[in-house]
Amino acid sequence: MDTLLLSRIQFGANISFHILFPTITIALGWVLLFFKVRFTATGEQKWMDAYMFWVKVFALSFAMGVVSGITMSFQFGTNWPGFMETVGNVAGPLLAYEIMTAFFLEAVFLGIMLFGASRVKPWVHTLATFLVAFGTTMSTFWIIVLNSWMHTPQGYEVIDGVVHATNWLEIIFNPSMPYRFIHMMLASGLTVAFLVAGISALRMLWGDRGEDVKTALRVGVIAGAGLIPLQILAGDFHGLNTLEYQPAKVAAMEGNWETGPNVPLVLFALPDQEARENRFEIAVPNGASLILTHKADGVVPGLNDFVTEDGEVLHPRVSPVFFSFRIMVGTGMAMLLLSWGGVVMLRKYGAEAMPRAALYAFCAMSFSGWIATLAGWYTTEIGRQPWLVQGVLTTKDAVSDVPSAMVLSTLIGYLVVYAVLIVAYIGVITYLARKATRGEPFSSRTYPRRGEAVASNLQPGE
Amino acid sequence: MMDYFGDPAIWLPWTFAALMGLSILIYVVLDGFDLGVGLLMPLSNDDEKDRLVASIGPFWDANETWLVLAVGLLLVAFPTAHGTILTALYLPVFVMLIGLILRGISFEMRAKAPIAQKPMWNGAFFAGSLMASLSQGFMLGMYIMGLTWTLPNVIFALLTAVFLTVGYSFIGAAWLISKTDGQLQRHAIRWAKGGIWGLILGIGSISLATPFISTRIFDKWFSWPEALYLAPMPILSAALVVFLWWQLGRMPLTNDRWAWTPFAAAIGLFTLAFSGMAYSFYPYVVPEKITIYEAASAPESLFIILIGTLFVVPAILGYTVLSYYIFRGKATALRYD
Repeated sequence: MDTLLLSRIQFGANISFHILFPTITIALGWVLLFFKVRFTATGEQKWMDAYMFWVKVFALSFAMGVVSGITMSFQFGTNWPGFMETVGNVAGPLLAYEIMTAFFLEAVFLGIMLFGASRVKPWVHTLATFLVAFGTTMSTFWIIVLNSWMHTPQGYEVIDGVVHATNWLEIIFNPSMPYRFIHMMLASGLTVAFLVAGISALRMLWGDRGEDVKTALRVGVIAGAGLIPLQILAGDFHGLNTLEYQPAKVAAMEGNWETGPNVPLVLFALPDQEARENRFEIAVPNGASLILTHKADGVVPGLNDFVTEDGEVLHPRVSPVFFSFRIMVGTGMAMLLLSWGGVVMLRKYGAEAMPRAALYAFCAMSFSGWIATLAGWYTTEIGRQPWLVQGVLTTKDAVSDVPSAMVLSTLIGYLVVYAVLIVAYIGVITYLARKATRGEPFSSRTYPRRGEAVASNLQPGE
Repeated sequence: MMDYFGDPAIWLPWTFAALMGLSILIYVVLDGFDLGVGLLMPLSNDDEKDRLVASIGPFWDANETWLVLAVGLLLVAFPTAHGTILTALYLPVFVMLIGLILRGISFEMRAKAPIAQKPMWNGAFFAGSLMASLSQGFMLGMYIMGLTWTLPNVIFALLTAVFLTVGYSFIGAAWLISKTDGQLQRHAIRWAKGGIWGLILGIGSISLATPFISTRIFDKWFSWPEALYLAPMPILSAALVVFLWWQLGRMPLTNDRWAWTPFAAAIGLFTLAFSGMAYSFYPYVVPEKITIYEAASAPESLFIILIGTLFVVPAILGYTVLSYYIFRGKATALRYD
């Protein structure tokens, strides 16, 4: 394989591993703040117990997010020097603002949030929790601004092959930014909702009937049920926005080859890029036209429009985009069914008497948010190819000339480390859940006030 | 407004080079001590390991963020240099990143995974710290030698890798002297005495090698009257080394007096060495090839970042100080409540 493809796989592997953890911490920060505020308001121990369990997951996820994120800032230089050389004048300030307004805020106050409860006044600790959650959200905002600009660039001019910023408001509020930001925030919310519900269900299956577990299950199920319709709506709006600005991506998502009216909604097919047709197609007549234009005879763009007369292909490879999109939508539909079913069962039986089948189902869906989020990102990022910055810079023009053997060997190194760490991460979360189920002492069981802390044999960081 | 301080194509790159230098220096001192603490793990017993980790627990996240800021500034302010430097350092960067990943994760895992796995995660914590320190020292050596992979350069870089690693373990031990007491503090004093040679050899070899890389750098140091103005730097460095030697010899003092001084002196030494390097290489960002003025982004983009920097960096420094103030005093067990 050549350096270009290997570099793409390496960047894809690194950013896929990285995004797993921010997807959890973005929303989990707000959930922790919610637990903390409920505890302060009601004084009920269950809120603090829930906080104490989930803050461990948060600390672990945050550490994974920080260290895997450092990799990203180096990958620009090691693998894609052409990116910053061409669009650095736009990407640079956006990244700088992310580091300055978000990274330091979250990293410094994380220390106070995790280990400072006995050293500062309660309101300072709540403030620190808020600032961490706010920092992660700011970080999302800036990186989404940059990513959206790469899909729908505006507010720039090109002088001697280098992009120069002309209007920062146009750059920040580029056409796809609001859709992408909302879509990602909701994705994070759903990921955390299903993680909280799933791990709580696991603890209940293991026999934990603590108030904190039932409360966490309720919070997860209700949050999931509330967020999923919003996400479907946001996804639909985002799709219409993509249709307007990146029609080639939509054509690949729909698996539609010829531009025309009355385009069917392809449920399943094997797109064949060489023959330029779908095999084994199962489709709903007029479906794609209805979804994308809200008219049965609406015109939907086809992939064949994005091949030049001398045969250069200016649309992405169809299969990865086509299938990722279906995996994302399919996971979303499963989330809708399960969370609404969960709400019905909560009303009927209460959290205490949830049927075991439902608990198993939530368990199985614990990390469904990861699958949907990754599939969604693959859809949009592979869908932008062959462009790195739509219409401005192609991916192959940005890659470094590092030998492919070097890229391959480091890629294998990353993949091995990532595989081990993912297993360890999921293993530790289930271990923490089992430990909590057995009622082994968490420091939270007796929540000591300032000055009451006694010498203990707790391990650091626990 | 951009012209207020003269030609923006001159003062903006200069300002950003200074900011980047500052973040690298802060990173080397701050992550230097917590990487150093990681390097000392194998020397300590199991109880001490927990206190070692506790002494850096609330800080390490933010310390590593200075690396992101430093690389970020290189990336945003000097994009062509960023590509040249990092493609040349592809392999050591990979080793460092894997090291930082292992370290950050074992930090959490050693406390949260089943107790039987703890020795494994302690090992990963040490290995990660070692990989990160060695590769940073290696990159430092390669950078000084002009980023070309020749055998003598690689040998020099391997030497600086060892020296920087020992130097980090020294500043880590100095940090522990101020953050611990009793038996562990006495151990830390011993470790610091054992590590000071790395600092001396490291600073010494870089100071001796740098002037001979180019006549430009040689002339900057040894022409008259520059040599006179620069004399305080080596003299002050030598004085700090002598002070450290003397102070560590008579520690621990009653009532824990002066426990902070080795760490302060170590910061002084790191700062002097770094300033010397910055003086040697200015105005180049890629040694002897690309100057900061040639590599800089468009002034308009730099100016946009600078406006934010003026507000944000003082705030960052403020809440960093706040965090060190909140967690002042001797390190205690890390607890979430």
